[in-house]
Amino acid sequence: MLQTVLNTISLYAIPAILLGIPLYGYVKKVKVYEVFVGGAKEGFDTAIRIIPYLVAMLAAIGIFRASGAMNFVVKLLSPVTNLIGLPAEVLPMGIMRSLSGGGAEGMMVELFNTYGPDSLIGRMASVAMGSTETTMYCIAVYYGVAKITKVRHTLSVGLLVDAISLIAAAVITNIVF
Amino acid sequence: MINGIWLGLIVIGVVVAIFTGNVQAVTDAAINFSGTAVEIAIGLIGIMTLWLGIMAIAEKSGLIRGLAKALSPIMKKLFPEVPADHPAMGAMIMNIAANILGLGNAATPFGLKAMEELDTLNEHKGVATDAMVMFLAINTSSVTLLPATVIGLRAAAGSTNATEVIGPVILATTISTVSAIILAKLFGKMKRYKVENYIEKSDVENVQEG
Repeated sequence: MLQTVLNTISLYAIPAILLGIPLYGYVKKVKVYEVFVGGAKEGFDTAIRIIPYLVAMLAAIGIFRASGAMNFVVKLLSPVTNLIGLPAEVLPMGIMRSLSGGGAEGMMVELFNTYGPDSLIGRMASVAMGSTETTMYCIAVYYGVAKITKVRHTLSVGLLVDAISLIAAAVITNIVF
Repeated sequence: MINGIWLGLIVIGVVVAIFTGNVQAVTDAAINFSGTAVEIAIGLIGIMTLWLGIMAIAEKSGLIRGLAKALSPIMKKLFPEVPADHPAMGAMIMNIAANILGLGNAATPFGLKAMEELDTLNEHKGVATDAMVMFLAINTSSVTLLPATVIGLRAAAGSTNATEVIGPVILATTISTVSAIILAKLFGKMKRYKVENYIEKSDVENVQEG
């Protein structure tokens, strides 16, 4: 039931916006086509401007991922994370979540295939995945567009929040399920 | 710190690869991920253009101004240095609203627009303002009521109840967003993160280069 409602929402949300806003504009006497084109023309420059920032970040993350260094990080952190009820199996995905969204997604699917999506590990991975965004990617994309290189406290806040949300996911999953 | 982490990823990656024998994989990854980065940016052109066009209509029709006015008590608390009627406010509201609904590919264009607008208020180009850090913190902590991707992947993996994680996700993401807001405010007041520190450094560099 809930699933059907949610599917309906995600199916219709975008068409509803694409219909609603121009229609509202038309009612308010906005020249919808002309205004659309006028606003849209910045799109190209904005997207192109983020390329150097994104290449820098993704190349570094790619090198780290391919090297197998994650195994060492997991060995280093797992004594601590075991204490909060975070299984060692979920930890690599939790760390990858800060670096690469696609990478973490792939790891989550692997956990689903190995342990099942309805296992404790599968559920915890789902909650961890859904409750935070990829910090490094957001910094590259959003700051790239404003040409920000001095990020001040962004990284400390972002990574600390990633840790908090991973702990929250572990604790909540252990309590709820 | 960002320089340290960036260099750290590369140094650790290459050194570990030498010991684990993944040197070729590291070379391939560096090249492939650079390509992926460009593909992501190119892929953004289409949706960016679409949503900026829609947003221009929403702006012109007064829709965004209305929305910004309704939410101004919260927005003023979060972004005290941004004027209530500034276009950045509207773009940030659209971004957060799209994130809450789980519309990831609409959220990014609004977020990029918001950053550009926030940068018009930036007195020291290249240095993040408090508002930018706060906006990014809210984005990276993910405010979502509908973790659509996760649910889809769970269902695809044969879950008997793919949506059972929604409640826990909302709880966990609320905790992470609240802590992001608190930490962004707290850290922003710390001496080591003051804007002045970053301007002086770049000025010194400029003098040396000149």
